Amino acid sequence: MKEKVLDVSNLDQDALKSLDKHIDSLKGSNEKETLIPVLYKAQELFGYLPHNLQRHIAMKMDLPSAHVNGVVTFYSFFSEHPTGTYTVSVCMGTACYVKGAKDVLERVKKLTGASEESMSDDGLFSIKDVRCIGACGLAPVMTINDEVYGKLKPDDVDDIIARYKEDNQ
Amino acid sequence: MNLIDKMVSVSINGISVNVQKDTTVLEAAKKVGVEIPTLCHMDMHEFGVVNQNANCRVCVVEDKKSGRLVPSCAQKVYDGMEVDTDSIKAVMGRRSSLELLLSNHPQDCLTCVKNLDCELQKLADDMNIRKIHYEGEKMDHPIDISSGAIIKDPNKCIMCRRCITMCDEVQTVGVLSPLERGFDVVTSTAFYLDLNQTSCTYCGQCVSVCPTGALAEVDATPKVWRTLNNPNRHTVVQIAPAVRVALGEEFGMEPGEISTGKIIRALRRLGFDTVFDTNFGADLTIVEEAHELIDRIEKGGRLPMLTSCCPAWVQFIEHQFPDLLDVPSSCKSPQSMVGTLTKTYYANKTGIDPTKIRNIAVMPCIAKKAEAAREELRDNGMKNVDHVITTRELARMIKEASIDFTRLEEDTFDNLLGESTGASSIFGATGGVIEAATRTAYEMITGKELVNVDFKEMRGMKGIRKASIDLGERTLNIGIAHELGNARKLLESIQKGESDFDAIEIMACPGGCVGGGGQPYHHGDFSIVEKRRQALYNLDTSMKRRKSHENRMVQKLYKDFLDSPGSDKAHHLLHTSYSSKERI
Repeated sequence: MKEKVLDVSNLDQDALKSLDKHIDSLKGSNEKETLIPVLYKAQELFGYLPHNLQRHIAMKMDLPSAHVNGVVTFYSFFSEHPTGTYTVSVCMGTACYVKGAKDVLERVKKLTGASEESMSDDGLFSIKDVRCIGACGLAPVMTINDEVYGKLKPDDVDDIIARYKEDNQ
Repeated sequence: MNLIDKMVSVSINGISVNVQKDTTVLEAAKKVGVEIPTLCHMDMHEFGVVNQNANCRVCVVEDKKSGRLVPSCAQKVYDGMEVDTDSIKAVMGRRSSLELLLSNHPQDCLTCVKNLDCELQKLADDMNIRKIHYEGEKMDHPIDISSGAIIKDPNKCIMCRRCITMCDEVQTVGVLSPLERGFDVVTSTAFYLDLNQTSCTYCGQCVSVCPTGALAEVDATPKVWRTLNNPNRHTVVQIAPAVRVALGEEFGMEPGEISTGKIIRALRRLGFDTVFDTNFGADLTIVEEAHELIDRIEKGGRLPMLTSCCPAWVQFIEHQFPDLLDVPSSCKSPQSMVGTLTKTYYANKTGIDPTKIRNIAVMPCIAKKAEAAREELRDNGMKNVDHVITTRELARMIKEASIDFTRLEEDTFDNLLGESTGASSIFGATGGVIEAATRTAYEMITGKELVNVDFKEMRGMKGIRKASIDLGERTLNIGIAHELGNARKLLESIQKGESDFDAIEIMACPGGCVGGGGQPYHHGDFSIVEKRRQALYNLDTSMKRRKSHENRMVQKLYKDFLDSPGSDKAHHLLHTSYSSKERI
């Protein structure tokens, strides 16, 4: 486990260089304040934030790894796992929850084979359960990348997911 | 702005008081003698740090003007504020907060290591909690004993964050952080690594401030009992200087009351075959260390030289400053020196098979458990020290054996590794090791007798201290730091080449070993640590011999066994090495 955290040789080295440059350009400002923008940039470059990358960022910014990991695991925007082409975010806020979001989430999982922890085998889908996305009038609601789908019934999900699969065939 | 403008008038339970503007309700209440229960709050003003997250909500009181409950530890007063700490609303609010905390707690108090020493348990009693009305999900996290030193049971954690404040802000080690959010929050290492895979120094200051049993020392007492029960084992025990001024607290004695003689008697009653003194090892360390310092000065070696007795500090430099591993003295710690000599010198003298000897050390320290497990601290394939128990663990063993500690008669150490000087007593206090070393180095370098052995400028509780000792031809510049955050400052100055020190002493814990992570809990009252520290200096003054090199049994050891300080044999048995470690 520890070796996996220390070794960054499996990461895209060009992306790593570009991230390092970005961190260097922020030198002199408060590390704790610039951490979130740095993580944002890192996720943009790598698609997700694996542990060895978090540790690399911590060393580079002279912050404890635990602190970086704390921030990454706090914000649902950041992912520690690889994400698919499509991120399905199912709202689990109170309104959506009482309107049956849980069934929607289950159906998405069943259809894609992805879960909150791991993306689908074909690399197309990953799933997030998110807190209120501010569209309670459309409850239950989910988003796929930037598309919003509201007033969902579990059966609606079948068609939606099928369309995304077709697009990629 | 003059003082009057900064003052506000508030009323606490109908008692009026004028306080400064930035005062918290808790502080204002204290001023008028009103106690408010707290849990997560911890005022560590000695370190300039206050743990004030207002997380637990156990200290809520009623703000009469708004009718709202406010956390008194974080809420600042305002002019005309009226606070009730004992209104029904406030009392019920505090009860609810506590019940909610307890609803997600294992409640295994009977078998918990913190039983009767737990702040959560005490509050439950104070608040007359007899039933927990909330039933809900409970945390289920794995327990980490990977380090063999600190046990971390997140299921008992109440998210007060005292440990994180201690580790981050005082020790600057930064091993712990809250991970996740909401109900899933857990106080963890980065990436849920086991503690032994991180840069944890095992200083145990997190344990010292943890209000519950979420952090504690790994219990070595079962192993010690098993060893004592094995007729094929010859058990040798040693006790560190700071233990003798603190153990009594567990039996109702005053902090700083010296109980060396009673401890020795208790150890014999528990069945240990031989009782040695870590102070003997301390005197020996000084002779070796002073010799090493002079050697470095004369041969133009690496200066400053840093003391190496504190295992948390050694761990700290290995992880945090791997480029400075040539600065610590190569001397083993006193614990380890006594350990190795027991299995060589003592075994030779007595004819006891060293493979049958088991060394047990009683330490004020949790990191000593990890030190004993170091690969570097083995000789002839045998560990120098086999088991380490803390001051608290020894107290538990004495209680377990139903020994009436306070009424025990005094006893004395066994002879071979039992004599000590005043210089070794102060090893347990910040500045003590370097003062002891200076007493010996002075006489070794100048060849003159040191008349006044009290180097008062080296004493005290200031985080970083300096002293210059006139040696005639040259001056010896001394630096002292306690707490690892202060150590970091000194190390950074060495790294930048800005340091003009010849020798530096570092101890990881506040006040030195007297404030160690294995000592009886002080619950944030650092005056207890101060009393223990003072007691060690009193012990020093009471001794006839106060310079380590005057220890007659140390002299005999060199004559009979080691030849001379720094000899090949001394090097082989009494010195060690360090290796760089990753920072996580």
